[in-house]
Amino acid sequence: MSHKSMISIGPFHPLQEEAEFFQLYLDGEKVVDVDVRISYTHRGIEKLNESKTFDQVAFVVERVCGICSASHPLAYIQAVEDIAHVKVPERALYLRTIVNEMERIHSHLLWVGLAGHFLGYNTVFMWAWKYREPTMEALEIATGSRVNYANCKIGGVRRDITDEHLKMIDRLVTGTRGDIEMLTAAVVDDPVLHARLKGVGVLSKADAYAYGACGPTGRGSGMPIDVRRDDPYAAYDRIDWNIFVEETGDVFAKAKIRLLEALESIKIIHQAIRDIPGGEIDAKVENIPAGEAIGHVEAPRGETFHYVRSDGSNYPVRHKIRAPSYNNVPTFKASCIGADISDVAITLASVDPCYSCTERMCTAVDAESGKEMFDFAQLVKLSQEKTERIRKQV
Amino acid sequence: MSEVAVENQTQAPLEGYVGEILSALGDAVVAVEQCDERRGFARIDPGRTIEVAKKMFVMDGARFATATGIDVRDGIDVLYHWAFEPAGAVVTLKALAAGPDVTLDSIANDVPAANWIEREMHDLLGVNFRNHPDMRRLILDDSWPEGVYPLRKDFDQIKDRPPLPAIPPAPEENLI
Repeated sequence: MSHKSMISIGPFHPLQEEAEFFQLYLDGEKVVDVDVRISYTHRGIEKLNESKTFDQVAFVVERVCGICSASHPLAYIQAVEDIAHVKVPERALYLRTIVNEMERIHSHLLWVGLAGHFLGYNTVFMWAWKYREPTMEALEIATGSRVNYANCKIGGVRRDITDEHLKMIDRLVTGTRGDIEMLTAAVVDDPVLHARLKGVGVLSKADAYAYGACGPTGRGSGMPIDVRRDDPYAAYDRIDWNIFVEETGDVFAKAKIRLLEALESIKIIHQAIRDIPGGEIDAKVENIPAGEAIGHVEAPRGETFHYVRSDGSNYPVRHKIRAPSYNNVPTFKASCIGADISDVAITLASVDPCYSCTERMCTAVDAESGKEMFDFAQLVKLSQEKTERIRKQV
Repeated sequence: MSEVAVENQTQAPLEGYVGEILSALGDAVVAVEQCDERRGFARIDPGRTIEVAKKMFVMDGARFATATGIDVRDGIDVLYHWAFEPAGAVVTLKALAAGPDVTLDSIANDVPAANWIEREMHDLLGVNFRNHPDMRRLILDDSWPEGVYPLRKDFDQIKDRPPLPAIPPAPEENLI
């Protein structure tokens, strides 16, 4: 007779940036069911935006997520520009591309670092975050801020980047290429990581479509989707770049895709800085007519989806925001069930859940005695021990 | 309930990729509001949401992006957004949940991606989804009163905010 128990992860912990609550139902060491509860810190941004003017909303949506703070305003602004039939100046499109790609590099490297920590590779954690730093500096040069850039506005961008600063950004970002290539090679060729991550947390292609997965989570499961290529915005259709799709659907595929995408983003930024045309940066939009439109943008974690309806006044009638994690987190129902408990920490981390920076409290309670068995630190320790065992075997 | 009514009942011509998708739905589509190269907005028969969702779900490259609920004069308008890759199209199908019971058939049994968003619309707008597999609260706190829907237009963020729940006294043994 096996041991049935439940592990609760969350919802609150001083180390955790945002709240989320997972309950893992275990049979022995196998996960048999997962339940997720969200919205412990729901901020009511959709309701709030109904009382803000179209210009103000762009600042509010930036605060949906600290890491995606270029993608959310861009998606919203593209929806409004679609309603008002705005033609955005060419230079502004390139400037938007540059900031959005820097965001992708820093987000992906942040994830690689955290994933390394969960697996007991603290060197990867240190390296990844070190190579992320020049991009953060470049973001500060480009927008004046490391987070919440206030860069986009309806009709263009708020702030131009001088040629001198563009050169500095190119030097900083392209300068990390060699380091990220080295990190990628270290991860992709490591026999221990192969043994540890291949076949772990598999999300099949059918499940990925059923749950509407997007971004690296979907591409790791063989969904050839990328909003940047499929529904081009900013200057992505004027630049030469590739998307990466893996068929295996495991954690290894997602890690590999994120690293390759970070390198691809460097390529995009380099080309955008080389090709950027001169001219205006703002179309000077005066009013927003009645209408409705959709804006979607490929954020680092996947498609962020905004719907805006206007009735011709200064305020949106409705503004719907759907962040990528909202579709990616429910895929745990498919990817965690049947997994071993020591693989759970990395499987949960593999979709890069945005509003739950994976540093969270977790206790395991024996279903019969009510006695606590694990906390999240111990889960991470279990995960690290498993890596250590594999390392000894290899 | 207030605000913009169900407008735009004009019939746009069915053209291109989006036009093909909408024509495949047959007479479940009652009005086409917009049909461009990459965007489609159409109104469907609110009694046939499951049939439409099943057809959309198996279409080539279709992915359920999300749904939006909007409080309009005649009820709650539910907008199902379907993305199509690699065509880059987004097709929005609108179904009006009218009447005092604001009810639609749930598509979550056929489209797992719709599970959370239907729970969210139930919490925030009070749309009842018939036969939803798991209609627990997702967004609202357990202490939030029943029948108060914060995303409806008649809900005022300041005046209608329910009082915070009472904090239970700490048990004696926890006091050191």
